[in-house]
Amino acid sequence: MSALLSVQDLVAGYGPAPVLHGATLDVAAGEIVALLGSNGAGKSTFNNNVCGLYRAWAGRVSFGDDDITASDPARIVARGLIQVPEGRRVFPNLSVRENLLLGAYRRGHANRARNFEHVLETFPRLRERLAQAAGTLSGGEQQMLAIGRGLMAEPRLLILDEPSLGLSPLLVEEMFALIERLNKEGLAVLLVEQNVVQSLAIAHRAYVMENGRIVLSGQARTLADDPALRKAYLGM
Amino acid sequence: MLEFQILLPSIVNGLTLGAVYALVALGLTLIYGVLHIINFAHGSLLMAALYAAFFAHAGLGLDPYLAMPLLAAAFFVVGYALQRWVIGKASHGKDQNVLLVTLGISIAIENLALYLFRADTRTIETPISYEMLDLGIALVPYPRAIGFAAALGIAALLWWTIERTDLGRAIRAVAKERQGAKLVGIDVDHVFALSFGIGTAVLGAAACLLLPSFYVSPSVGNVFVLVAFTVVVLGGMGSFTGALVGGLAIGVTESVGGLFLGQQLGQLGIFVIFIALLLFRPTGLFGSRLA
Ligand SMILES: Nc1ncnc2c1ncn2[C@@H]1O[C@H](COP(=O)(O)OP(=O)(O)OP(=O)(O)O)[C@@H](O)[C@H]1O
Ligand SMILES: [Mg+2]
Repeated sequence: MSALLSVQDLVAGYGPAPVLHGATLDVAAGEIVALLGSNGAGKSTFNNNVCGLYRAWAGRVSFGDDDITASDPARIVARGLIQVPEGRRVFPNLSVRENLLLGAYRRGHANRARNFEHVLETFPRLRERLAQAAGTLSGGEQQMLAIGRGLMAEPRLLILDEPSLGLSPLLVEEMFALIERLNKEGLAVLLVEQNVVQSLAIAHRAYVMENGRIVLSGQARTLADDPALRKAYLGM
Repeated sequence: MLEFQILLPSIVNGLTLGAVYALVALGLTLIYGVLHIINFAHGSLLMAALYAAFFAHAGLGLDPYLAMPLLAAAFFVVGYALQRWVIGKASHGKDQNVLLVTLGISIAIENLALYLFRADTRTIETPISYEMLDLGIALVPYPRAIGFAAALGIAALLWWTIERTDLGRAIRAVAKERQGAKLVGIDVDHVFALSFGIGTAVLGAAACLLLPSFYVSPSVGNVFVLVAFTVVVLGGMGSFTGALVGGLAIGVTESVGGLFLGQQLGQLGIFVIFIALLLFRPTGLFGSRLA
């Protein structure tokens, strides 16, 4: 099985000391891979370095046939590696419609109208709010918009950084169902989450990160029964 | 009591002046709204554009109105390069550095102009310099009438670009959410430079509209930059409508103020408004849209 995304020994950080001490992870086409870990483990740092927002100190990132280790975010987006970031990062001063249109700024422009319709079918609530400024949406709506904006770029791999954060239990349920559905339609997903049980329920494989290192990895089903993981994250 | 017949022409006259003020202010407010930079070089760049229009006319015999697209294009390139390779590089992302860099650029341009052209004031004459347009309520010099119409036309084009195009959406996106912009593949440095370029391209156009009814000297930029800052504060930093309405209001204030207080003191009214605004409504009349 050849990997779609392959990250090898990624070392990265912000100040003098690294946050990531050599993280290795891969995602194959069609997979849902969960990246789990507690607050401050380095998950978002990992994503942002993979997506080119920061320049990694060492290691190698490849996507499809390309080495994207030192690429600009724009290049990485153009190749179809799309991140829906923690905190949504929608454009608050732009309307919902404009946010979605900008999702196709670098990629997916040719099919923009069709994808726009498709996103609105996926998130009917957004259709009612097309003219509303994104900054005035509720947290859940903003999360839908952020994912919709990501889908507008016709991702080959979608990185979702804590999509369930701040959502009500019902919406969390819906969110995981949606991720599973998108995956069934063929989308590869790297799901970064703290919601261990639900993530493992939909993921094929999973990695556990602690203090900037991958400490555990394997089939999601196996990990769900792993005593160490259950003890650390589920308290049982 | 002042006669209505005097007041009305004065207002019309003020509007023609105000439209060009608005244009200059639009450039300033665009740059502020997107980059959060107060561009102190705005006035001296306008002065440079006026000289460029002057020499295009004096040296090449190019009518300022014909030179307008060329100058706008040339100043777009200047602005793009300034932001991308001078201001952006030298500032290391620190606001106080940006202030110093734009101030430095402004001083450099002004001294270069003094060295090259002395302190002389220069004017040009075009075939329509003394023609008047009879509006019934007022006689307006043709260059002023053209300046008014063209300034509003350019403002409309600018509005359309910002509101209705992918570039405009990217510009507004970058103004508020840079990380998000990067994640949809917007090249943020490029969009910054484009915004700065558009802000200075507007000066190239404004210079061509101003020159036939105005003058150029190395210090002419100061006149406009003070007015432009007042307009921007009046309208709200970063607000497009604010700059437009503010520009027109300032033009009328100056013109009507001149009627009451005499030509020399016409601009006094502007600064009274400016100070009053800072005291009572520091976010401006329209608040901020881009920023
Ligand atoms: N921009 C930044 N500048 C400096 N330090 C940062 C920055 N972003 C994150 N860090 C630090 O890096 C470490 C890892 O943070 P990161 O955001 O990657 O964790 P995370 O696993 O995503 O946590 P969470 O689940 O809370 O989102 C933390 O100690 C954090 O304080
Ligand atoms: Mg995080």
